[in-house]
Amino acid sequence: MSTAQRAGSAVGTPQTPGPGGADGRAARRPAVLRLLARPEVGVFLGAAAVLVFFLVAAPSVRHGSSMATILYQSSTIGIMALPVALLMIGGEFDLSSGVAVITSALAASMLSYQLTVNVWTGVVVALVLSLAIGALNGWMVVRTGLPSFLVTLGTFLILQGVNLAVTKLVTDNVATDDISDMDGFGQARRIFASSFDAGGVQVKITVVWWLVFAALATWVLLRTRYGNWVFAVGGDEGSARAVGVPVTFTKITLFMLVGLGAWFVGMHNLFSFNTVQSGEGVGQELIYIAAAVIGGCLLTGGQGSAIGPVFGAFMFGMVQQGIVYAGWNPDWFKAFLGVMLLGAVLINLWVRRTATRR
Amino acid sequence: MTDDTTTPHGAGAEGTPPAPDTPLVELRGAGKSYGNVRALHGVDLTVDAGRVTCVLGDNGAGKSTLIKIVSGLHRHTEGEFLVDGRPVRFATPRDALARGIATVYQDLATVPLMPVWRNFFLGSELTKGPWPLRRLDIARMKRTADRELRDMGIVLDDLEQPVGTLSGGQRQSVAIARAVHFGARVLILDEPTAALGVRQSGVVLKYIAAARDRGLGVVFITHNPHHAYMVGDHFSVLRLGTLELSADRGDVGLEELTDHMAGGAELAALKHELAQVRGVDARELPEEADLTAPWRRPRKAAPDPAPPSGGT
Repeated sequence: MSTAQRAGSAVGTPQTPGPGGADGRAARRPAVLRLLARPEVGVFLGAAAVLVFFLVAAPSVRHGSSMATILYQSSTIGIMALPVALLMIGGEFDLSSGVAVITSALAASMLSYQLTVNVWTGVVVALVLSLAIGALNGWMVVRTGLPSFLVTLGTFLILQGVNLAVTKLVTDNVATDDISDMDGFGQARRIFASSFDAGGVQVKITVVWWLVFAALATWVLLRTRYGNWVFAVGGDEGSARAVGVPVTFTKITLFMLVGLGAWFVGMHNLFSFNTVQSGEGVGQELIYIAAAVIGGCLLTGGQGSAIGPVFGAFMFGMVQQGIVYAGWNPDWFKAFLGVMLLGAVLINLWVRRTATRR
Repeated sequence: MTDDTTTPHGAGAEGTPPAPDTPLVELRGAGKSYGNVRALHGVDLTVDAGRVTCVLGDNGAGKSTLIKIVSGLHRHTEGEFLVDGRPVRFATPRDALARGIATVYQDLATVPLMPVWRNFFLGSELTKGPWPLRRLDIARMKRTADRELRDMGIVLDDLEQPVGTLSGGQRQSVAIARAVHFGARVLILDEPTAALGVRQSGVVLKYIAAARDRGLGVVFITHNPHHAYMVGDHFSVLRLGTLELSADRGDVGLEELTDHMAGGAELAALKHELAQVRGVDARELPEEADLTAPWRRPRKAAPDPAPPSGGT
């Protein structure tokens, strides 16, 4: 017992005698291993590798304007990947996130045009609609206890159909009318879809929003009660409920955050292109989910970060544009995505085993 | 099941007046029926500050039902349930918690991938700052968690490590320390040593003793009489939903406790029958006369001979 006590005072509990006792072993894990176990480190290295690869393979990537394009491409994925990642950490999926972007844009566009009101009216209504869709998804998932995969697959199909049908009904066309000459358009465009000059390079404002949102999400996730709850409901819902975490509230608000993201990207699409194609958005949800997974979010919930998906989205944007700049066949993009996704999943698996090994 | 008269249950219906030192929690002839199934019947239990009350029993003996009543998950359907001498009826586990009754379940209610300090304060996080900037007071939480764990004799040099990397005993201990910190006066431990090895069980038993020494009333649910005997002050053995034994430490030995646990009283009655069967060695079974532990505090123990048709 005395030897145990001496050993125990250094590491672990005093009551576990013997060299190499089970207690305290985790504390002795090498620092490198612990660093690698951080969810965002793997994706950071991956993003750096992809960047270096294209800097070498495609010289035109080195221009500032190319980089601005790559960042813009990344930001449109990245802004949505953030709430999708938070939701994933919270243990749920949203397959409707891709078409929800288009739903939001369609709603704002058609409402403003048909009623001939200031576009901000449409923007606000679209926001309410997007949040409502998110809340509905969340409520159904929490209420029924069904996998969110099923519930949001349903919403995905519903929204996809409604997008097409309602647009055709209202405009007799698959796209909405151009709203660029309407009241408030310029103002809204400045917020959602303008560019600014940074050292002679035109940078899209979405890049700034992307990084601001990522910083905000990181702060919420790591420094607030809500963030703690997100990790808890994804990590072990039953335990979270048992210690008094408001599981229902957390899950529904996470789905609403995805709605908020869909609204923002939808508004960007609308004020960038003046019209909305009603059939778009299908398949984007998988890109968002892939960016979150590559960013180190555990598919089963409970682990992840907001900064990881930033790098995940950057990898996507980089590959997508890099292939073009390198003069390769862009068809290879999806193949690249697949490889990156599989690699990320394997790393995640290893991390989980390392973190829970005892 | 066939021979109820051998259980000490029938012996007591004296109706002792309440002790002047009111127990923290008291069950008097409490029972619970799920529809037609009587899972628990006529159970007396007292939990005093600074004492460990062990509830033993085989699978399906009614242990889970008993703790679910005390922890507020279920409502008792017969008898009385008193906290601080006043009858109560909890609607949810939160009510029980508000009265200082904390339950550490088998699954511990910890989130394996979250750091120790986050788990410690999960659901009751400390914050600082005004609303839009209200944030976790991480330094204070880490300090408090570390102090509370040390007070319980648990020394972890990295509170950032995920709870999942701790050993089973350590995780159990973190859950106990958490319950103690958040104002538990009564600590219910549901089979804390069930999934643990010998060494880890020892760790947990030590923390049970530490909680007792801090003045908590501990209800230690187990099916291991050896573990119970190491820390227990009072032993209640449940069998088929009723009390088979309720005895203080001084009145019952480990061997007898084990016998009762194994359905000893019943087996003793069958001893002579079993001795006739080839291949059954009944010599080591206790004689009925050996099971002499007195029946303690058997208030209002209704001498109902009908056993319930099933356990939990």
